[in-house]
Amino acid sequence: MHAFVTQFWPSTIDGLTIGSIYGLIALGYTLVYGVLRLINFAHSEVFMVGTFASLFTLHGLGITHAETGFALVGVLILMGLAGMAGSGITAVVLERVAYRPLRKRGSSRLAALISAIGASFFLQEVFALRYGRDLLSFPPLMNKTVLFHIGSGQVRADKVLVVVAALVMALALDRFVNGSRLGRGVRATAQDPDTAVLMGVNIDRIVMITFLVGGMMAGVAAMLYGNYFELTQYNVGFLLGIKAFTAAVLGGIGNIRGALLGGLTLGLIENYGGSVFGAQWKDVIAFTVLVLVLMVRPTGLLGEKLTRARA
Amino acid sequence: MLLEIADLQVHYGKIEAIKGLSLQVDEGEIVTLIGSNGAGKTTTLKTISGLRRPTAGSIVFDGQDITKLAGHRRVQLGLCQAPEGRGIFPGMTVLENLEMGAYIRGKPPAADLDRAFSLFPRLAERRRQQGGTLSGGEQQMLAIGRALMAHPKLLLLDEPSMGLAPLIVTQIFAILREINNSGTTILLVEQNASSALQLSDRAYLLETGRVVMSGAAHDLLYEPAVRDAYLGAAPQPEERTDTS
Ligand SMILES: Nc1ncnc2c1ncn2[C@@H]1O[C@H](COP(=O)(O)OP(=O)(O)O)[C@@H](O)[C@H]1O
Ligand SMILES: [Mg+2]
Repeated sequence: MHAFVTQFWPSTIDGLTIGSIYGLIALGYTLVYGVLRLINFAHSEVFMVGTFASLFTLHGLGITHAETGFALVGVLILMGLAGMAGSGITAVVLERVAYRPLRKRGSSRLAALISAIGASFFLQEVFALRYGRDLLSFPPLMNKTVLFHIGSGQVRADKVLVVVAALVMALALDRFVNGSRLGRGVRATAQDPDTAVLMGVNIDRIVMITFLVGGMMAGVAAMLYGNYFELTQYNVGFLLGIKAFTAAVLGGIGNIRGALLGGLTLGLIENYGGSVFGAQWKDVIAFTVLVLVLMVRPTGLLGEKLTRARA
Repeated sequence: MLLEIADLQVHYGKIEAIKGLSLQVDEGEIVTLIGSNGAGKTTTLKTISGLRRPTAGSIVFDGQDITKLAGHRRVQLGLCQAPEGRGIFPGMTVLENLEMGAYIRGKPPAADLDRAFSLFPRLAERRRQQGGTLSGGEQQMLAIGRALMAHPKLLLLDEPSMGLAPLIVTQIFAILREINNSGTTILLVEQNASSALQLSDRAYLLETGRVVMSGAAHDLLYEPAVRDAYLGAAPQPEERTDTS
């Protein structure tokens, strides 16, 4: 317990940072689940493609050392756009190829799940064969400047970027879903797809937009991850994907605000737990959380808001 | 002819729910489909709205063959349905539900909302309330008000009286008359045959996926076969609403 106290602030800062990334990826799981009642298990690979897109952007721009000022901001924005494009397009293609044909045939959810797992392996192997199975490192783009201290915790610029970007993206998504006409179409489809059609909602279009938006959130997470950890790999999405899924369940799957809350909570729990039991126990702690939530409170912290109609 | 259905067949898997149904609705009419549970009324309306694909037959709406048209496109042509069970979006407010009715047109003009609220003043009081927390009668009012927001040429209603107290049913049927008087054609599905027949111009009686009787609603109301099977007691002449 002593370690928990001495490590409290560093754990909090690291927990919020990784938790923000979980939360952003969790948004994709939650959106797709809300609309289609489908766990998109290939969402982890949607994220993975985003990290590669971010990495190739840095290569393309010829970045070899840390940038500052406007150059840094410009590169980060380009990297983010590339991540969003890579992940967003992957998600949309995935829906067209792996899910829509099954949906049109009225197949079972199990069939969709198996298709998702197949698509996940397919994408991993394509990237492994094309870019190898080793870790690929990002050129250092950002100085890990310590901005200030909270207790014994160092608040670093790259970590602040992760948390702020995640909050901004989640807020933008919330505005889209609750404030725009298309967003209302998304909510209507989630709550009652047949009635949505009766109101003139084009379900296929809404599903596509849902995958696109969820993919774009994963793309931003991918850029932030690349900038923070400076590494990627063909299977980088695997563990992160399961953690993000855990975050989505923890927050209440189908619930947008819940996804972010679940991500932050999971990040904190595993870092606090890691400070007590040792960092090597982080993953065990995260999956214990998943099992406990599923057992004790399967609707999560905030409940299934987007989908309340079809429990 | 606003709506013309010919030889419609609809299957659920191998089960044939609609077995060659034909019906017409003329502009300005109120037409009722009556029939007991499982006769195929809901399936017919779902097929008209494009939620189910027919295996045979054709649906022509406003001069256009819509048999193969996607459901959401039919709303743009002027078909809107208040479905069985009302289909209120439970996690949206009354206002948002009404706005969903105008989805195809973007943001609805204030005049449309005013019209819905003047038809159903109860909805105005509850405009910020979540749809899922409304009473059954309020939900039905919302479902009808929402369907009107689409400016339909033909309003489809699936059992608007289901599960409601007689007083509320009377209110809702009076409002349907008002909606029809202001120019909206109505195709109504009802098990509450007595009220429906008194409101309607014409009616079709459905049994196990087939039309077994059709004609002026007034005639069906006094048809012994209909009375015995669907009306219980015969209505007294003074109970009839003025359908002029
Ligand atoms: N989703 C479904 N799957 C299989 N059979 C159905 C389904 N919906 C309706 N049916 C069957 O189709 C027939 C007509 O049902 P329905 O159109 O709901 O009748 P009604 O609205 O007149 O009560 C019934 O025999 C019913 O059991
Ligand atoms: Mg029915």
